[in-house]
Amino acid sequence: MADLSINIAGIRSPNPFWLASAPPTDKEYNVRRALEAGWGGVVWKTLGEDPPVVNVSSRYGATRYNGQRMAGLNNIELITDRPLAVNLAEIKSVKKDYPDRAIIVSIMVPCVEESWKRILPLVEETGADGIELNFGCPHGMSERNMGSAVGQVPEYVEMVTRWCKQYTRMPVIVKLTPNITNILNPARAALRGGADAVSLINTIQSVVGVDLDAMAPMPVVDGRGTHGGYCGPAVKPIALRMLGEIARTPDTSVLPISGIGGISNWRDAAEFLVMGATSLQVCTAAMHYGFRIVEDMIDGLSNWMDEKGFETIADVTGRAIPNFVNWNQLNLKFKTLASINQDACIKCGLCYIACEDTSHQAISKTLLNGERHYDVIDEECVGCNLCAHVCPVDDCITMVPQPVEGVETWNEHPNNPMSKIPAKAG
Amino acid sequence: MNQTPNIAADRLPPDILARNFSDAHPPLTEGQATIESDRCFFCYDAPCVEACPTGIDIPGFIKKISTGNITGSARTILESNIFGGSCARVCPTEILCEGKCVRNSQEDRPIQIGTLQRHATDWQMGTGEQPFSRAPLTGKRIAVVGAGPAGLACAHRLAMQGHDVVVFDARPKGGGLNEYGVAAYKLADEFAQKEVAFVLSIGGITVENEMVLGRDITLASLRAQYDAVFLGIGHAGVRALGITGEYFPGVRNAVEFIEDLRVSPTKSDVPVGRRVVVIGGGNTAIDAAVQAKRLGAEEVTLVYRRAAENMSATTVEQEWAQTNDVTIRYWSAPVRIDGSEDGVASVTFARGLTKDGRPVYDQGEYTLEADMVLKAVGQLFLPDPLAEDEIVIEGGRIRVDAEGRTTMTGVYAGGDCTAGEDLTVAAVRDGRNAAEAITADLMKAGN
Repeated sequence: MADLSINIAGIRSPNPFWLASAPPTDKEYNVRRALEAGWGGVVWKTLGEDPPVVNVSSRYGATRYNGQRMAGLNNIELITDRPLAVNLAEIKSVKKDYPDRAIIVSIMVPCVEESWKRILPLVEETGADGIELNFGCPHGMSERNMGSAVGQVPEYVEMVTRWCKQYTRMPVIVKLTPNITNILNPARAALRGGADAVSLINTIQSVVGVDLDAMAPMPVVDGRGTHGGYCGPAVKPIALRMLGEIARTPDTSVLPISGIGGISNWRDAAEFLVMGATSLQVCTAAMHYGFRIVEDMIDGLSNWMDEKGFETIADVTGRAIPNFVNWNQLNLKFKTLASINQDACIKCGLCYIACEDTSHQAISKTLLNGERHYDVIDEECVGCNLCAHVCPVDDCITMVPQPVEGVETWNEHPNNPMSKIPAKAG
Repeated sequence: MNQTPNIAADRLPPDILARNFSDAHPPLTEGQATIESDRCFFCYDAPCVEACPTGIDIPGFIKKISTGNITGSARTILESNIFGGSCARVCPTEILCEGKCVRNSQEDRPIQIGTLQRHATDWQMGTGEQPFSRAPLTGKRIAVVGAGPAGLACAHRLAMQGHDVVVFDARPKGGGLNEYGVAAYKLADEFAQKEVAFVLSIGGITVENEMVLGRDITLASLRAQYDAVFLGIGHAGVRALGITGEYFPGVRNAVEFIEDLRVSPTKSDVPVGRRVVVIGGGNTAIDAAVQAKRLGAEEVTLVYRRAAENMSATTVEQEWAQTNDVTIRYWSAPVRIDGSEDGVASVTFARGLTKDGRPVYDQGEYTLEADMVLKAVGQLFLPDPLAEDEIVIEGGRIRVDAEGRTTMTGVYAGGDCTAGEDLTVAAVRDGRNAAEAITADLMKAGN
């Protein structure tokens, strides 16, 4: 049995699955249910200064795709709307009863040293294991110069991180916003400020849809809408890229990472781990199905690690990073060809029309003994994978790697004007 | 018909009868339609389309259901098949579109194309609006004989193309077999009449009921008065068994029994036996057997000469009969009917099997007691009303070319009176295609 326990920046938890700072972690009642269900930890929904914020009614919008509900979720809820003292008392009570779980407190107060200096001891007094700085919330709070308004300015990230390291002994996790052009800039700022870890991604600014009757972005609040923060399965690819970027860049690679962004099952979890994460934060999947989903996450991850022979999470973290390279390091001599398993083919023609209309005319359509027959024209196939993606039958179209003779990347390729520069330049 | 003590109407209370003859396969809910439409792969050059005699763009209309474009979905269906509503209910989809669905290969569970089609067409008919309009009037007048699916599909397309159409029908109501020849629970709630009204709502079509070809009108006079004539006159005859006892009281044609049920609003006035034997292997036999059971018969046995796979009724239809407590006996050829002037008493069958690839009935006999026998061994086209005309009859049907032209200039035909599958959907195709041919020929003639 694999050991799923983790230690990230000195914060320990029995498994890497934490609930992200979000509506599911706003109250003691929910958090106790989550911990009972088996979650390794929670990041308590962001605390602010009193008086608390006010939230609107009608808070979530969702993307439905081809029958799948909540492929993406968008929310316009702000930080906790409950008094600070209530939250602090509840955090203390929970931590007392669950000493083995990671209880991290998310915080967002104005970019003023006094504000941070005031709140940090109050949080520390609860016995919480660490804090997470909410530099990511992309709506509402950013208009008040908090949240992503801070996260988008590396100097502010560094400054606030430094204050926190100065005024508390608790480990500091800096939560990064994806609403920037280069994730390395805020990551480096956090590192300079002394962050113990980073967590990412926070939600992405979004308009999830438009109500065509109300003529307003969704969710509609009394006839009007606003942009929100996008999360859920749809954002996973964006998160994986940003995680990998930090994990593979030498100077930022020293930062432990808490991965966030559409993690819905153990397989997603494994992908985040191998792209550099140590702990994993989940929200949308729990909001969709309830806390019970953690059971398969733990079980599935454990079984997968056993199959692969990984004993600890540390064995898994960053495994794919050596293979995550820039495009110019890919081997241009590599070739893979589509292959259709005729026994599995159900003759839907989707591979044919996708290739014919939008790719390389590399699939032929004929009648064979009166039946539709689709075949790959190897000479035309560029190995793009599109047919394999559109095929509705598992393992019907597979991509078959061809024997490779040597390596030639763009750096060496004759078509690359830069490659003709004499070697001494390098 | 003569009544015998064992043949009686009103066997079941009115509420049970109402339930037994209401819609057998209820429509999809909004939610079910969404789930089912999302299952469609939107195949390219889809096999289901090829399997549909009217060539409806099935992936197209299902995609439109899934995107909430129900107006477009209904239009996609109806522009190929104006009887999309009744075809959705009566088509043997298991051997047509659904039989070819690629989901069969993948998971043995095709998309429910028929019920999705019903979802869209019901919605359209519910709006009370005709989705098509007429082209500028051509001044041409076309006569259509027969207000069944072939005739009305032809009339609708002709009206769309700007011609004026007069439809003559022998019956008091239009709709043809949809009105008189299909089990009541397949086209419940007056659906056939609603659909006729929907088809006619395009305008430019006049229907003359109770006008019988050869009695009230002749082809020669129609040809003289109209620019073209379409014949969609279906079957007027019924095959006989050709055995003794066929004319005892209690022995009747299944089509008449089915028609009595369709004409009766309550079904409580349609007599049925206690022990009913239905002879035949097509949908008429199934419709008669199941309805006899649902009318209150105690025992209904459907007897067919050959094996299950030889029946023209599909497997789904056979199973429908069986779940309705109809016993099906295969490999039995009727030998004689015993009875008296008071009524039928029994039917004797010879058991058969295949010998050297041919059916042979030498495996002994058995007798089923019966007080009612329904014959459903096939219907015939009767060419008598056309005897005076230059219309060539071939294999018992009117000879037509691929576009529906008969051998007589300006006269076209389609549906059951011509060769091909005896299906509503095939009749609609014939009518529609003949209309296209009529328009093309009239325009080519330049007159």
